[in-house]
Amino acid sequence: MSASVDPLAAIKELIPQATDRASLDHPAINVPAEAVVEALRQLRDRAGYDFLVDLTAIDQGEGVADRFTVVYHLFSTATSTYVRVATDCRGGAAPVVPSVTALWPAADWHEREAFDMFGIRFEGHPDLRRILMWDGYPHHPLRKEFPLAGVETQLPDLEVAAETGTKVLPAPMAGGPFVASSGEMNLTEAEPRAKDESWNERNVKPE
Amino acid sequence: MATEFAFPDAGAKTAAAAPEFQTEKMSLSMGPSHPSTHGVLRLQLELDGEVVTKCEPIIGYLHRGDEKIAENMTYNQFVPYTDRLDYLAPLANNVAYAIAVERLAKLEVPERCQAIRVVSCELARISSHLLGLGAYGIDVGAWSVFLYSFTEREKLYKLFEELTGARFTTSYTRIGGVARDVPEGWTDRVNAFCDQFLPILDEILALLTRNKIFMDRTVGVGVISREDAIAYGLTGPNLRGSGVGLDLRKDRPYSGYERYQFDVPVGTKGDCYDRYLVRGEEMKQSVRIVKQVLANFPKGPWQATDARRIVSPAKDKVLTSMEELIQNFMLVTEGPQMPAGEVYFEAENPKGALGFYVVSRGGGVPWRLKIRAPSFCNLSILPKICAGTMVSDVVSILGSLDFVMGECDR
Repeated sequence: MSASVDPLAAIKELIPQATDRASLDHPAINVPAEAVVEALRQLRDRAGYDFLVDLTAIDQGEGVADRFTVVYHLFSTATSTYVRVATDCRGGAAPVVPSVTALWPAADWHEREAFDMFGIRFEGHPDLRRILMWDGYPHHPLRKEFPLAGVETQLPDLEVAAETGTKVLPAPMAGGPFVASSGEMNLTEAEPRAKDESWNERNVKPE
Repeated sequence: MATEFAFPDAGAKTAAAAPEFQTEKMSLSMGPSHPSTHGVLRLQLELDGEVVTKCEPIIGYLHRGDEKIAENMTYNQFVPYTDRLDYLAPLANNVAYAIAVERLAKLEVPERCQAIRVVSCELARISSHLLGLGAYGIDVGAWSVFLYSFTEREKLYKLFEELTGARFTTSYTRIGGVARDVPEGWTDRVNAFCDQFLPILDEILALLTRNKIFMDRTVGVGVISREDAIAYGLTGPNLRGSGVGLDLRKDRPYSGYERYQFDVPVGTKGDCYDRYLVRGEEMKQSVRIVKQVLANFPKGPWQATDARRIVSPAKDKVLTSMEELIQNFMLVTEGPQMPAGEVYFEAENPKGALGFYVVSRGGGVPWRLKIRAPSFCNLSILPKICAGTMVSDVVSILGSLDFVMGECDR
């Protein structure tokens, strides 16, 4: 394969709104949310990236301006190369981004998963429901503020919950799994520890 | 050839019976605990008689939140969790994860380590396909295949146990290497396994390939066109069964796959039978790869040597030398130190392309780790191919897709 054409330059020529995105491996671009469908269409139809391998989201943490980023990984079956497209969601804590299900049916389940885990609404998705958690589950577990220990929630079947008065209890965490923080270079901070120490072997679990 | 029967008054009878013959659609929940759903997949079927008019997969019964867990532990601590994705090929998952993180660290592993990883990946592929084949046989009514394929799998499990210390959840790789070197004489035993395996594999495949019942259940059933396979993001044997010759071991070689000769089998029609044939041939190619690796097994270190903040030192050194003790302590408490940045790496696993998207902000813990599970993507095509088939064909289609719910639900 000739390395004469820089793939990133070719992509940016195709998509005028694209800006560089830091990446350690594949060519990567940032695209504004309103242009993302058109950008992906161009990549699919004119640059040969015909395979949507992955669609996911990143939560940058509470209080960050553009908190949620949706990331698409495309693959070209002709040249065997990847490209990464990222777009910041509009709407802060109630993020919205256009759906790409019209381009790839594969996006259907991926977008449902991102909605389930992060609460990102994909405008134009034909059937945006939870996929891994049950319908009616109130939280979005991959958001950074959701605790690893879980939150007590009603049973999925509300009739059963009302009849028995039971809830779904989070898994017992005494002694682990240990929690470590990302990006901490300070040993005291970064050392894995049971961060949720409200209850452990010594202190009984609060009711 | 078929005898023609003619019932001249049959049409008249049906027409007369039509007014009182009322049909209504029936809703049938297949799974989450149904033997043919291979785990906890649930299909909500809408039936018109015995014809499926609508199929809606309901997943998530095995959701454990692996991605959330990954954000809260160091890179090496997550290796055991990768075993539990596709638990029929844990070694291949370990390798895919390790390579993804090594790409983040820009770390090259020595040739011996690459060779060990290739052998373990291919043995895992054989083991996974053997189970897929055996279970598929049972699904469509051929019991004996399972007995033969499980005898072979047992031999593989013995080899895995010798290599990793565990039969099932191997947790064999480390970031920058593998947990331990291959044991004495192991490569000879793998070679011996390969030699005796090929004739037995031919025997196993001969039970199905021209079996009338098996062909009736699979040929022309669950056809996935080339375009659909790509549009729905299918990977692995399911994609190749539809005639797309995409194999990441060939197209984006990793771990030294470019050094070995092997063919990528593809189907022509994209039906259940083609997917079965592809898996059968892939096992032969895996044996071919393993034999090539073993014929020229590299010597030398089996862990990266120049990465003190990523790879743990030799255990005997840890117990006797201060420097190594500190290094080991830092690794255990802080985790392998990674630069900030993001990588996406996919490996060709038995079930398809298993991808890891690692977003790092530096330090020993990922900020976000997305697992692109091949079974998740492969199952998303079910509503499309199940509509219009018979209920019994759904069983055949599920078996031919060869999915694992541990990976699909994560």
